[in-house]
Amino acid sequence: MNYFPDEVLEHIFDFVGSHKDRNSVSQVCKLWYRIESYSRQTVFVGNCYAIGPERVAERFSGLKSITLKGKPHFADFNLVPPDWGGFVYPWIEAFARSRVGLEELRLKRMVVSDESLELLSRSFPNFKSLVLVSCEGFTTDGLAAVAAYCRQLKELDLQENDVEDHRGHWLSCFPESSTSLVSLNFACLKGDINLPALERLVARSPNLKSLRLSRAVPLDVLQRILIRAPQLLDLGVGSYLHDPDSENYNKLVTAIQKCKSVRSLSGFLDVAPHCLSAFHIICPNLTSLNLSYAPGIYDNELIKLIRHCHKLQRLWILDCIGDKGLEVVASTCKDLEELRVFPSDPYVGQAAVTEEGLVAISRGCQKLNSILYFCQQMTNAALITVAKNCPNFVRFRLCILDPTKPDAVTQQPLDEGFGAIVQACKGLKRLSLSGLLTDQVFLYIGMYAEQLEMLSIAFAGDSDKGMQYVLKGCKKLRKLEIRDSPFGNAALLMDVAKYETMRSLWMSSCEVTLGGCKALAKRMPGLNVEIINENDQMEFVGGCDDDRQKVEKMYLYRTLAGQRRDAPEFVWTL
Amino acid sequence: MMEECSKGSGAACSPKLLDLIPKEMEWAVAKGKNGDVERSSVEIRKLELRLGLPGDDEWSLKNTNTAKNMNRERDHHDSLFSLGYFNHGHHHNHHHHFHHHQPSHKAGSHEMSPQVGPVAGSSSSSVWFNQQQQQLAPPSSFLQFPTTTKAATDKQQSSCLLLPTVAKESSQLCCTKVGAIDLQQGPAEKKAFSPPAAPPTPANTAVANSSQKRTAPGPVVGWPPIRSFRKNLASSSSSSKQQQTTDSQSGNPNKKAATSDKPVEVCKKGMFVKINMDGVPIGRKVDLTAYDSYPRLSTAVDELFRGLLAAQRDSSAGGNINKQQQEGEEKAITGLLDGSGEYTLVYEDNEGDRMLVGDVPWHMFVSTVKRLRVLKSSEVSALSLGCSKQEKMVAMK
Repeated sequence: MNYFPDEVLEHIFDFVGSHKDRNSVSQVCKLWYRIESYSRQTVFVGNCYAIGPERVAERFSGLKSITLKGKPHFADFNLVPPDWGGFVYPWIEAFARSRVGLEELRLKRMVVSDESLELLSRSFPNFKSLVLVSCEGFTTDGLAAVAAYCRQLKELDLQENDVEDHRGHWLSCFPESSTSLVSLNFACLKGDINLPALERLVARSPNLKSLRLSRAVPLDVLQRILIRAPQLLDLGVGSYLHDPDSENYNKLVTAIQKCKSVRSLSGFLDVAPHCLSAFHIICPNLTSLNLSYAPGIYDNELIKLIRHCHKLQRLWILDCIGDKGLEVVASTCKDLEELRVFPSDPYVGQAAVTEEGLVAISRGCQKLNSILYFCQQMTNAALITVAKNCPNFVRFRLCILDPTKPDAVTQQPLDEGFGAIVQACKGLKRLSLSGLLTDQVFLYIGMYAEQLEMLSIAFAGDSDKGMQYVLKGCKKLRKLEIRDSPFGNAALLMDVAKYETMRSLWMSSCEVTLGGCKALAKRMPGLNVEIINENDQMEFVGGCDDDRQKVEKMYLYRTLAGQRRDAPEFVWTL
Repeated sequence: MMEECSKGSGAACSPKLLDLIPKEMEWAVAKGKNGDVERSSVEIRKLELRLGLPGDDEWSLKNTNTAKNMNRERDHHDSLFSLGYFNHGHHHNHHHHFHHHQPSHKAGSHEMSPQVGPVAGSSSSSVWFNQQQQQLAPPSSFLQFPTTTKAATDKQQSSCLLLPTVAKESSQLCCTKVGAIDLQQGPAEKKAFSPPAAPPTPANTAVANSSQKRTAPGPVVGWPPIRSFRKNLASSSSSSKQQQTTDSQSGNPNKKAATSDKPVEVCKKGMFVKINMDGVPIGRKVDLTAYDSYPRLSTAVDELFRGLLAAQRDSSAGGNINKQQQEGEEKAITGLLDGSGEYTLVYEDNEGDRMLVGDVPWHMFVSTVKRLRVLKSSEVSALSLGCSKQEKMVAMK
């Protein structure tokens, strides 16, 4: 190990990209640890409470890009109260103090205040890229700060954030001298946009490759933008409402024809479906299509559009496409790798796709490796067929809208179907279950899902055994999230050391009691065991009677940072 | 595997093991008939005694204890749990070895033990698998199931046969007859073991409902698992849809009552918004999901504030605005929606604008409303709602 000078090692490590590999590299010996640490430029922190920002800054002195994730995944579905935590401010502040040369910040499910955005924009002169996914807590004022002060900004990507719109003119805060923009996504903003400022910005950004507009951008502006930026690779259409006979529409058609480079299309937040044909011309080039924000597109229009999309690798749509539509997808999109079918009516009853659509897809799209499928019903036979046809699944997420619905034909639990999936898909890393499920399915998962890293369970299982099977069998499990399932202390406490090999465990509306959680916390000081006690459901008065109370929401995670100091009142860390 | 199988278990067990699996359906059918159950369970018990678990002592202890509890309805959870608990320390690589040799061999009959719990799953499953394989057609995995649903019976059978069904096996063979019978009679059985060709037994639904946690009639918090961002899409785009000819397709969001989980309130079922009334210092909260139309909401508002308003008027000195009202009498609050009454209902939407209630479809209203106000109609006309920006600024508070 000492044969090479440090620079050579550093150079070699440059080729080691993934953070998992780099983590392994750093474990080899002290020298490698040291070199790897100062040469690592991109750091991934899957749980912002697992480690403190000071420590990260200290270890990775060459840090340029950091990804942070905050709230547990179930926060997406309103299971985590707001104010739970996940604040990015301490990180930005710590990095600013340590003079980290931050260039890229990617956040998911974190609380981002305007103050943090302002601090960010002023503290890092080389800052280039801000990606916020499912975050909240900021307003357009914060965006204005970023636009104004990040002179080298290349990327501002806002995905599905909850942004309070103050209708300030944040877009006009981009200085006239700013020409570096490569990617701009503000599709999630709800308020008005300064349209002339937008057009000017696009006009002076020759490197702009990705542009996703919000609902506030009407067709005529879109058309002018497309004329200015025919080099776009990724386009998110904002509002698409117009009269098909209008001159605007014709101009649009001309403009679209010039956009030969567009590979990814999304948006259509407000849409007049009959006019989608304007886009048919670029469909053959598309590798990614996201129409899941457009409930206004009916199945026949969708189908017409999709028939042109032969090269599609990624498709996100709403279930109004129907089983028939999925058959068209299956016959057209032979390169499809990722499919997400979202419900257009989130409540039980009207999902327009069933197991037939899924089976059709599996037959036609051999390369499929990732699926998220919301459907009305499912059968074991269908799942078994899918497993046979597509053994390459890396992510398999099925959501039957009625949470405990059995096999639609045989009325059996769906254990066998999911069992087939885990058995056939040897590389499965992520699985979400739904439907009527017994402990059996967990036995299968424990047995077969060797690569499984994330498992989401809802309304499933019969007894502690279910969870125990999973904990024992899935060696690579990192994230386990469970709701409304009858798993209790026996399962929770079966193998407490396991939780240190995982990122986190979420259990809500299960059978776990306060006593069980306390016992766990006591045995594993390296974990934060948080009880989320909203609405004062539980009393923490002291005495052993407390311990028998069931815990409504528990979230535990391994951490080097100890108990967090920013927990709100309703979160108890045991 | 074959060898191990025959080694420990002896010839006597094989026919019994075989018989048990296809007889799953008979279990379900026969569950009411004590006679059949009795017989099979006796066979099971013999089997149990022959095949010991690694945690043998606890095992037989459990065994003998529960042998007495044949007809008890409860406890199957406990027994299964404790057995699993005992076994957890012993085997770790079980799941890798479905098709291979068992790693953790122990001498003697222990390997053959149909164990409960995940451990059991592996070793016994291999055993099962191979035995079955020997005796039956050789489909080796899930993947060879007939895919047609018509062959439901076959499928069910083969699935029972080929897959390690520890829960079932454990109930059949091991631990406790209590476990066996209970599991058969308990929720798992009712879900999993009923004859495939038969229509769902009443037991199914009964069981489904018994596990209260897992029945979800009506909207459940956080279900389906989609982000709020998506939940609001259908309703917020419906305004544009109204301009188009509607081919009424299933994707049409206009049909749906979009009682979205928009976090106006924190993670509660139902959607509670604040409602204040001019002249009443204390506000109320109203659950919009409880209503499906404007008239109903209007009635609810009337009910909420009628008393409070009357109380206010009682307490206010002297002259009332409305001379018709007598002291102590409550007057109905009407005309909230059409401007005809003394008060008018307005709301603040997600963009901060103050809007008159009643313009948009109900579900769209529900998805965009943040709070409600009951204003004096006289003030309302003075305010020119939602039009001029100045008013918006003022009204946004």
